[in-house]
Amino acid sequence: MKLIQAIIRNEKLGEVKAALDAIKCPGLQVWEILGHGKQKGVTEQFRGREFKVDLLPKTKIEIVVHDDQVEKIVDTIVKAANTNKMGDGKIFISTIETAIRIRTGESGEVAVD
Amino acid sequence: MKKKTRWLILAGLFSMCFLPAIAHAVMEADPAGLTTGKAIDITAAMPGMPTPLEVLNQIGHNKVAINMVWVLITGFLVMFMQAGFAMVETGMTRAKNAAHTMAMNMMIYPLGMIGFYVCGFAFMFGGLGPIATLGGTDILNQEFSINLFGKVFGLFGTKGFCLSGQAYDSAIFALFLFQMVFMDTTATIPTGSMAERWKYVAFFIYGLCVGTIIYPIYGNWVWGGGWLAMLGKNFGLGHGHVDFAGSSVVHMTGGVLALIGAWILGPRIGKYNKDGTPNAIPGHNLPMAVIGTFILAFGWFGFNPGSTLAGTDLRIAVVAVNTMLASATGAIVATLWMWLVRTKKPDPSMMCNGMLAGLVAITAPCAFVNSVSACIIGIVSGVLVIEAAFFIEGKLKIDDPVGAVAVHGCNGAWGILATGLFADGTYGDGWNGVSGTVKGLFYGDGGQFLASCIGILANVVFVGVVGFLVFKLIDVTIGNRVAPENEIQGLDIPEMGVAGYAGVKMDKYGETPMSR
Repeated sequence: MKLIQAIIRNEKLGEVKAALDAIKCPGLQVWEILGHGKQKGVTEQFRGREFKVDLLPKTKIEIVVHDDQVEKIVDTIVKAANTNKMGDGKIFISTIETAIRIRTGESGEVAVD
Repeated sequence: MKKKTRWLILAGLFSMCFLPAIAHAVMEADPAGLTTGKAIDITAAMPGMPTPLEVLNQIGHNKVAINMVWVLITGFLVMFMQAGFAMVETGMTRAKNAAHTMAMNMMIYPLGMIGFYVCGFAFMFGGLGPIATLGGTDILNQEFSINLFGKVFGLFGTKGFCLSGQAYDSAIFALFLFQMVFMDTTATIPTGSMAERWKYVAFFIYGLCVGTIIYPIYGNWVWGGGWLAMLGKNFGLGHGHVDFAGSSVVHMTGGVLALIGAWILGPRIGKYNKDGTPNAIPGHNLPMAVIGTFILAFGWFGFNPGSTLAGTDLRIAVVAVNTMLASATGAIVATLWMWLVRTKKPDPSMMCNGMLAGLVAITAPCAFVNSVSACIIGIVSGVLVIEAAFFIEGKLKIDDPVGAVAVHGCNGAWGILATGLFADGTYGDGWNGVSGTVKGLFYGDGGQFLASCIGILANVVFVGVVGFLVFKLIDVTIGNRVAPENEIQGLDIPEMGVAGYAGVKMDKYGETPMSR
C-alpha cells in the first residue's frame, strides 16, 4: 500500500484528473497549497518597485493505491502534468501502514479499492 | 368561447395602444419636433404677441438659462469624480484598509461641503463681483484687501456666509454648486497620500479645515478677484495668474496638502527597510483603480469645459478636445516610460497615474492652447508623474501609496507653467480685467509666464505653511497616526468597526511586508 503525493501546476489539474480517470485510478484527494522549490518564487512589480512572491499557489493530489498500481499512476501523472518548464512540481511516494473503510470496518489492502 | 374572449382582449389592447396615436395625428402632434416652440412660448403680456423688448428679454433669459444648465450639469459630473477618487485610492491600497479608505472618500464630500457652505464660499467668492455669464448681478461685492506699494491686494471675501441674505440668488446658488464640487476634489486628494495609517478622527477635522479656510483663501486670490488675479492689472504681468479650471487652485493645493500630510504622518510600517530602500506594497484591486480612473476622466469633461461657466461660450469644444488629448498622451507616455525606461513592464497603476497627470496638467491651460500644445503638455506630464513618484518615494522617503503628490502637486505646477508658456492668444480677451487675449512666453508675453511662476510660489508657501500648521496642530492635540498594532491588523476593524470585505479571506497581499 503506497501513498502518492503529487504537487502539480494548478492549471494542470484538469488534464491529470482526466488521465487518471482514463486508467481507472480508484480515488484521489486534491489540496490547494502554497510553496516553493528550487525556483524560489517569482518577481512581481507594483508602481515600479519589484517584490518577491516566494510562496506560489500549487495543487497537491494524494492517492492511496496497491503497490503494483504505483508505476502506472506515476507515469500517467508525469505525462499529464509535464510542460518541460521550471515549476512543474514533484511526486513523493511513501508506504502506508494500513487503511480502514469506515462503512464496513474492513481494513488492509481490501479497504484501498 | 375561451378563444373568443382572448381575441376580444387582444383587440381591446390593440385599440388602446394605437387609436390615441391616430387621434394625435389629427390634432397636429409634432413627432419630428420641428415646430414646437413658437412666439406663444415667449413670456409676454399679450400671449403670442410679444413686444420687441419682451423678445430681447427672452433671448437674454435663454442665454443665461443655457449657461446655468451647463454650470449645473458639469457640476454634477465633477461631483461624480468623488467616486473615481474613492475607487483609485482604495484599489491601489490593501484590502485590510478598504472600508477605512472608502469611508474617508465618502465623508470628505459632506464634511467639505458644509464647511464651504458655512464660510468657505464667502471667503472665496465674497468679493468676486458680477458673475458675467449668469446674469451679472453685482451681489458678491465685499473683498477684504490691504494696500501695499500703492496697490490693492485682495485677500479674502466677506459676503455669502451660509448662502444667506443677498446671496439667496439663483445664479449664486449655481456658482456655489459648481465651486463646492471643485473644493471637494482638492479635499479628497490627501486621503490618497495619507491612506492606510491616518486616524479617522484626525481626517474628520482636516476635512472641515480644508473646506472652510485652506482652499477658499488661495482660491480667492486666483478666482475670487484676489491679488494673484490682479497681478496683470496692478503690475503688468500678462493677465495675472491665469488658471482656467484649477491646476493650481484645485490640484496643486491638494497635492501640496498631500505632501505635507504624508510627510508629517510618516511612512506605512514596512514601506522602508533599515537601509532606507523602499518596498512595494501592492494595491489589492487594480480593476477598481482603472474604473476609478475612467470615472475621473469622464468627470473631467465637467471640470474643464464647465469652467467657462457658460454653455454659450463655444470654446467648450476646444477645451473638451484639449482635455482628452492631454489625457491620451499622458497615459501613453507614462506607460512607455515605465515599460522601456524605468522597468520592464507597463505597470497598470502608473498608467492610471499617467492619464490623471495629463488631465491635471491640461486643467489650467485647456482653454488657452491649441491641440498640438495640449499633446505636448500631456507628453511632459507622462514623464514628470513617474519621475516625481520615484523621487518622492526614493529620495524624499515620503510614502504616498497612490501617487497623489506626483499626479496633483507636480503636474498641477506643470499645468500652470504650461499656461504661461503655451497660451496662444486666441482666447481670454479681458481675462482678469486686462484687455487683449492670453499669450504665453512662446507667443511673446514673458510677463504671463512670470505671473504663473508667482502663482505657483504663492501656492507652495501659503498652502504649505497653513497645511503644516493644521496637520501639526492635529498631531499634538489628538494625534494623526493610528497605533502600530492597528495598522498591522488593518484599520477597518479598529477604526471603522467592520471589515471592508467581511467574511473574505485575505490573500498574500493583505500582509504587511517585513522590513529587512
